[in-house]
Amino acid sequence: MEAGGASASRNRLAVAGARATTEAMLRDQPRGDVIRNTVFAGLLLLAVAIALAGLAALLIQAFVRGSSALSLDLLNNPPSTAFPDKAGYRPAILGSLELIAGVVLFVVPVGVGAAIYLEEYADKTRWWNKLIEVNIQNLAAVPSIIYGILGLAFIVRGPLDLGFILVAGSLTLALLVLPMVIIASREALRAVPDSIRQGSLALGATQWQTIRRQVLPASIPGIATGVILAVSRALGETAPLLLVGATVFVTFDPTPLGTDGYSAMPVQIFNYALRPQDEFQTLAFAGVIVMLVVLLAMNSFAIWLRNRYEKRW
Amino acid sequence: MLQAQSKRYGERAIKWLLALCAVLSVLTTTAIVISLLGPTIGFFEIVSAKEFFFEVDWTPQFQPPSFGVLSIVAGTLNVALWAMLFAIPIGLGSAVYLSEYASPRVRKTIKPALEVLVGIPTVAIGIFAVSFLLPHLIVPLWPGDFLGGAEGKPFMALAASLGIGLMVVPIIASLSDDAMRAVPRGLHEGAYALGATKAKVATKVVFPAALSGIVASIVLAISRAVGETMIVVIAGGSTPKFTLNPVESIQAMTSYIATTATGDISTGTVDYKSVFAVGAVLFVMTLIMNVVSIRLVRRYREVYE
Repeated sequence: MEAGGASASRNRLAVAGARATTEAMLRDQPRGDVIRNTVFAGLLLLAVAIALAGLAALLIQAFVRGSSALSLDLLNNPPSTAFPDKAGYRPAILGSLELIAGVVLFVVPVGVGAAIYLEEYADKTRWWNKLIEVNIQNLAAVPSIIYGILGLAFIVRGPLDLGFILVAGSLTLALLVLPMVIIASREALRAVPDSIRQGSLALGATQWQTIRRQVLPASIPGIATGVILAVSRALGETAPLLLVGATVFVTFDPTPLGTDGYSAMPVQIFNYALRPQDEFQTLAFAGVIVMLVVLLAMNSFAIWLRNRYEKRW
Repeated sequence: MLQAQSKRYGERAIKWLLALCAVLSVLTTTAIVISLLGPTIGFFEIVSAKEFFFEVDWTPQFQPPSFGVLSIVAGTLNVALWAMLFAIPIGLGSAVYLSEYASPRVRKTIKPALEVLVGIPTVAIGIFAVSFLLPHLIVPLWPGDFLGGAEGKPFMALAASLGIGLMVVPIIASLSDDAMRAVPRGLHEGAYALGATKAKVATKVVFPAALSGIVASIVLAISRAVGETMIVVIAGGSTPKFTLNPVESIQAMTSYIATTATGDISTGTVDYKSVFAVGAVLFVMTLIMNVVSIRLVRRYREVYE
């Protein structure tokens, strides 16, 4: 008891001594260092503040200049050059929804399929699998306008020859976001621990049964997050659609295979923004508000989903 | 017992089906290359490579037309250069703050807030650049007649640059933050134990250790800036000019493509083919940067995983 007490007090003494020495050393730090340290921290904060101020300014400006045009008519009326006060986004909104539906139908099976192959089946030392991998990483960074060129030369004309229809736009956007979905799905699959797979295989399940009943269900939140983020990217894309036939003066409700043209939300915003009159500018900002609300809701939902269902093994 | 594997044809069919999905991505790249190559070759049958690569007049609409790609390449580089001069310090500053200074709680609010910027449609950023940044920030702050002055110009490279800069800040911040956080704690603590200040640890220990990841994030950001279309279409103007002057109205490669190749262009004309030739130049430029960036990321992963 007594010995223990002595060692404890000796410890306390030693700790106090060490702390005193350290603090003395810190106080002895050259003055220049302390000042430089403070200035450096200030500059870093300034950098963060500038970035956040840019974001805030963008949101505030859109709201200030566009909010007066926000109404149900905005969502429900077709565009009009003659009556800007009655013009709206109806065909563009419907066009965007149809485009996105097409993107999801294509990108979910193909993207998840590719991810399953690369994570669960592929022998990563083989050159062809390495090629696929580098190729996907590179595709993720190819400019969107290049996908527009691909859509124009390969889907609208050329081999597929679909013409300027909505489905062609959908396919173009799907190819654009496919790498994003593959990369996100692979990460979700990789997060499932190997013990789950081995347990299932040891019980006699085949590889595909293991994937379908164990691995895939466990990774669905991660995959869903990736798909939502990819869809929100596709929703905001303008440039490739300009090349594959999204025209701006569609005053009727577009259909997937209709040859009379289709429109999309960002393309319509772009067109209103190009017109110098104030009324059209207001319409453009109102459209920006609608898009920002939808996209922010989607992105927040994706983040919530990831945090809510993120499994810790 | 072990023979079961070979009889399961369904299992094998599934594997091949999944492999097909993965191969589709390679086919996409092939399709991009083929669709660029065909019309580009056709283009060079009409316009000489010497004119395309070495002359500085880009006037496809004149009679006779001139296709000197250097002036729209300069437009792209002009925008990308000034965008990076803005985005690199802001992005890296934010990254160092997030990884070295911010408490976990602050980090958890600031990082997603910055990443919101990535999700904003570029059309919205372009409109913001031309209707807010240009009249309310660049014009009042620009020093008088310097480089020709900013007053009264409806479009300029610098407006597009700031918009793009804002767009790529989160890319640099987020990826560099990841790279710096991958630096082992031991390196930090060793430096602190030797009496280094926080600023010294950040700049002399963590930053160099994460350098390849940081450079990769910057290269990726440059590639995004070069490939960005809507912001330069809306804010950059449409006058091809061989200059790096930020207060000039310019035309970038992407904006030429986007404004020329709209729905009603007829196939087979020089204009149509020129879109693909410019696209090929753009594709090669971004491809080189992407490959560099992928390589760098892989290198830093090898060191610390």
